[in-house]
Amino acid sequence: MKKKRPEYRDLFPGALELMILKSLSWRPMHGYALAQRLTDISEDYLQIEEGSLYPALQRMLKAGWLETEMGLSARNRPVRIFKVTEAGRKHLEQELASVEKMFAGVTRVLALAGQ
Amino acid sequence: MNWLKQLFTRRRRYDELSESIREHLEEKIADLMDDGMTREEAEQAARRKFGNVTRIEERSREVWQWPTVESIVADLRFALRQLCKSPGFTATVVLTLALCIGANAVVFSLLNGLVLRPLNVPDGQNLYQVQVGKGHSPGMSYPDYIDLRDRNRSFDGLIAYEISTAGLDTDGNPSPVWLNTASGNYFDVLGVRPYLGRFFHSTDENGPNSAPYIVLSYAFWQSHFQSDTGVVGRTVRVNKFAYTILGVAPPGFRGTESFYTPAIWAPLVNQQQIEGSSNLDKRGSQGRWVIGRLKAGVTPAQAVEDLNSIGKSLAKEYPKEDEGISFSLARPGLAGDMLGGPVHAFIAGLMLLAGLILLAACANLGSLFSARAADRSREIALRLALGSTRGRILRQLLTEAVLLSLIGGAMGVAGSVVLLRWLSAWQPIPDMPINVTVHPDARTYIVSLLLALASGLLFGIVPVRQVLKADPYQGIKAGATELADGRRRITLRDVLLAAQIAVCAVLVTSSLVAIRGMERSLKSNFGFIPQNVMQVNANLNMAGYSGDQLPVMQKGILDAVKRIPGVTVAAYANRIPLNLGWSQNAVFLDSTTDYRMANKAAGAIEYDVSPGYFEAAATLLLRGRAFTWNDSKDVPRVAVVNQEFARKLFGSEEKAIGSFFKIGGGARVQVVGLVEDGKYGTLSEDPKPAMFLPILQSPSNAMWLLVRSNLSSQEVGPSLERTLHALDPGLPFTINTWERELGTALFAVRAASMALGVLGGLGAMLALTGIFGVAAYSVSNRLRELGIRIALGARRREVLRAALGRVFRLLAAGSMVGLLLGIAATKLLSFIVYQATPRDPLVLAGVVLAMLLLGLLATWIPAQRALSIDPLILLREE
Repeated sequence: MKKKRPEYRDLFPGALELMILKSLSWRPMHGYALAQRLTDISEDYLQIEEGSLYPALQRMLKAGWLETEMGLSARNRPVRIFKVTEAGRKHLEQELASVEKMFAGVTRVLALAGQ
Repeated sequence: MNWLKQLFTRRRRYDELSESIREHLEEKIADLMDDGMTREEAEQAARRKFGNVTRIEERSREVWQWPTVESIVADLRFALRQLCKSPGFTATVVLTLALCIGANAVVFSLLNGLVLRPLNVPDGQNLYQVQVGKGHSPGMSYPDYIDLRDRNRSFDGLIAYEISTAGLDTDGNPSPVWLNTASGNYFDVLGVRPYLGRFFHSTDENGPNSAPYIVLSYAFWQSHFQSDTGVVGRTVRVNKFAYTILGVAPPGFRGTESFYTPAIWAPLVNQQQIEGSSNLDKRGSQGRWVIGRLKAGVTPAQAVEDLNSIGKSLAKEYPKEDEGISFSLARPGLAGDMLGGPVHAFIAGLMLLAGLILLAACANLGSLFSARAADRSREIALRLALGSTRGRILRQLLTEAVLLSLIGGAMGVAGSVVLLRWLSAWQPIPDMPINVTVHPDARTYIVSLLLALASGLLFGIVPVRQVLKADPYQGIKAGATELADGRRRITLRDVLLAAQIAVCAVLVTSSLVAIRGMERSLKSNFGFIPQNVMQVNANLNMAGYSGDQLPVMQKGILDAVKRIPGVTVAAYANRIPLNLGWSQNAVFLDSTTDYRMANKAAGAIEYDVSPGYFEAAATLLLRGRAFTWNDSKDVPRVAVVNQEFARKLFGSEEKAIGSFFKIGGGARVQVVGLVEDGKYGTLSEDPKPAMFLPILQSPSNAMWLLVRSNLSSQEVGPSLERTLHALDPGLPFTINTWERELGTALFAVRAASMALGVLGGLGAMLALTGIFGVAAYSVSNRLRELGIRIALGARRREVLRAALGRVFRLLAAGSMVGLLLGIAATKLLSFIVYQATPRDPLVLAGVVLAMLLLGLLATWIPAQRALSIDPLILLREE
C-alpha cells in the first residue's frame, strides 16, 4: 500500500531523493542544514514542510544510500550528519543519467508538439 | 538474518530519528531567535515550518517496520477495543465458538484416540489385526494361528492373545482380575521393553501349563503392589496355581485394544489353568485374536495374498474345520472390523455432525458480523471518506473475527480437555476394565487451532461484499441505513440461515431417531425380564474347582441361594444373554454326516442352563418342556431351542418338538422345548437362532446365577453375599442387578443417544440464535416500511407476514432439506440403534414440531417489536 505522500508534489517520483543525494554529495549535512539548503537553492520554488524530509531520509538510510555520523552544526552543537555512501553515489549517477535523458525527451516533444 | 539485525537496531534507529528531529528544531529555533524572536515565538514558528512532529516521526519509523506484522498488532489493539465496547456481541460470539469448537475438539479426540492413533508401541503403524472369513471375525483357532505364524513370509511376527479373567490371590484374598493370555512372542513382536524384571518369551512355551508366569501392568503394579520393586520373582496364586511375577510392563503400554486394559498378562499355553479348560488343540475352536507386524516393504495386500495361500493349503489339509477359510487385515485396537466398523462409522458420523454444527455456527456468526458491519456502516463510510482503503477496513474486520475465533477456540479447547479427562477415566461397564483413553494430544490442539482460524476467516468474510460495495457518500448522507441491497431476491445471508436450519434439522432428526430407537430397544422383547433379578457371577475355576466337583458345588450354591427368604426362583447358566460376548456354535441337520463348517445348518448361540432357568429369566416356554435335574449326563442329550432356531432347522415351530439335530462332532440332540426369541448379543441384532442345553450335559466352570425375588436388591444383595461367602470364603464373585448389568448392552445406544442429544441441543441453540438474529435484523431494517404499512391500515397478520414471512419461508425450506438429509444420515445410525428408522410418524412429527417451536421461539421478540411499532413516532423521526 505505497501511497503517494501528498506533501511532495514532486515533479516526478524520486525527485526529492535525487535532490537530497545531490546536495549531500556536495557536502554532508544535518537535517536542518539540508532543509535550508534545499529551500535556498530552489529559491522557495519547493514549498515543503521541513519535516517531510525525514521519511525520505529514513527510506534512503534503509536503502543504504546514506549513512549517519556525529558531527558539529554551524553553532558547534553535536548533531547527526547525513552522508552519501558509495551505493548512494552510484544510484545518484544512474538516476541523473536517466533524468537527463527524460528531460531531453520531454524538451524534444514539447518543442515539436506545437508544430 | 538481516531482519533479525533490523529488529535489534530498530529501537536505536527510532532514537536517532527523534534526536535528529530534535536537533533540527533546536537549530531552527536558535536561528529564529537570532532574527529577534522570543523563544516562545521561535518554537512555534519552527514547529509550524516543520509540520506535525508526531506524524512525521511515525511515518519515518514506518520505513523501518514490517508493514504487515506491525499494523496487524495495531489492528489487534483496535479490534480488542472494539470488542470491549460491545460485550454482548463479544460474549455471544465467544460462547458460540467455544461450544462448537469444544464439541469438535472432543469428537476429534475420540477419532484420534480410537481410529487415528496407532497402538502405543514402537512402529505401531505396522501392526495389523488378522481377521478370519468373510464375516471379518477377529477369532482364530490356536492350531490355525500356529500354522499362519510358522508358514507366512509377510510378517516379522504374529502374536495371538485372548481377553479373559482369572482369580488372582496375592494376599490370601482372591479376587477376579482381567488379563490377556498371550502367545510367548507377544512382547517381543510388539517391541515393548519391560519396566521392571523381564517378560515371557517364545522360549518359555513348552506345552500346556509349562509357563506359570505373569507380567503386571504398570497401573496394577501401582495399585496392588504399591510400586514395590521387590515384586519381581514373587509367587502369587492364579486360580490356586502358583505363578511367578516376571516383571512389570511400562506405564504407556495398555495392551493392544484401545478399549480394554488388562491388569496382567499370562502365557496362552497355560490356558487350561487360567480358564479352567483348554481348546488350544482344537482347530475348530476359534477365539484367539491375532495381530501381526508387517515386514518392511510388504504391503497389506501382499500379506493378505500370502495368508490366503496358506489358508488354501489349510483348507486342503483340514477340510473339516478350515474349508473355505480366508483372511483379511484390519487396523488393530478395536477387535478388527467387529467393533471397528461400527465405531468408525459412528465417529465419522459424529465428526460430520460436529463439523456441520461448526459450519452452522459460522453461518450464524457471519450474519451477526454482517449485521454489525451494517450497524457500523457510518463508521466504515467515514473511514473510507478519510482515505482508508477497503482492503485496510476488511483486514480490520477479519482481524476482529479471527481474534474472536481464537479466544472462543481457546475456551472451547479448555472445556474439552476437562471433558476428555473425565471421558478417559470413565468406565462405562461395571466390573470390567473397559475404558477409552481419549486424552487430547498435539494433534487435537492443532486441529482446534486450524478450525478456529478457518471459522474466523469464514464468518469474517461474510460482510466483505457489503463493505466492498459501500459508498461513503451515501453512508454519511443517509446515516446508518443498511449497506446491502435488500431487494435482491436471495441474499447470501438467506442461504446461510437456510443451511443452518437444515443442519439443525439433521441433528434433531438423528437425535430423535436415536432416542426413539433406544426407547424401542428398552421396550422391545429381550426374551427375558431383567426386572427384580439379581445376578451373581462366580467363576468356580478361580477357586480351584474342576471336573466333577463343578456340578456338585454349583448345585450346592443354587440350593443355598434358594433358601434365602424372599427368593422366588433361582437358576444358573454358563452365560447370560446381552452380556459381554456370546458363544455361537455350528449345528447340523440330523441327516448330515460330514461335519465340516460348510455343511452347517446354522450358527446357533448356545447357553448351558440349569433347570428353572426359563422361570428365573422369565423366558416364555411356548411348547414342550423345560429341563429337569434328570437331564443329566446319563440320559440322551436334549435341548430347548428358540423360534428362529426351529424355523431355520425344521421349517416351522410345530415340527421342532421331538426332532433331532446334531452339534459339532456329531452328537445327536433332541429338541424337547421351544422358547420365545430374544436378544442375545446386541440390542440391534436381527433374530438369531439360539439353543439352550442342560448344564449337567455340558458342564461349565463359568456360573451366572439368576436370582428372582420379591424383595428389593438392597435386601437380597447382602444375604446373597453372606450365603456365598459361607459356602466358600475363597470364591471370588460379583453381584449386580440384572438391569444394571444390562447397561453393558445398552452402552453403545446410550452413548450414541447422548452424543446426538448434546449435538442436537447445540444445533438447536445455534439455529435459535441464527433465526433470531436474522429476524431481528430484518425487522429493525424495515421499521420505517412497517410503520408506513401500519399507518396505512395493515392488520397484524399482514405486518407479521411482511416482517417475518421470509424468515419462515427459510425455516420451512431449511427444515425440509434437513429432514431429508437426516433421513439419509440415519442409515449410519442403524449400526448401533435398534431399528433406526426415520419413517416413524413420531420422528417426523417431532422434527416438524421441534423446528416450528424453534421458529416461534426465535421470532417471538422480533414479532413483538414489529407489532408494537408506533407509526407516529417513526414518521416524526424522519
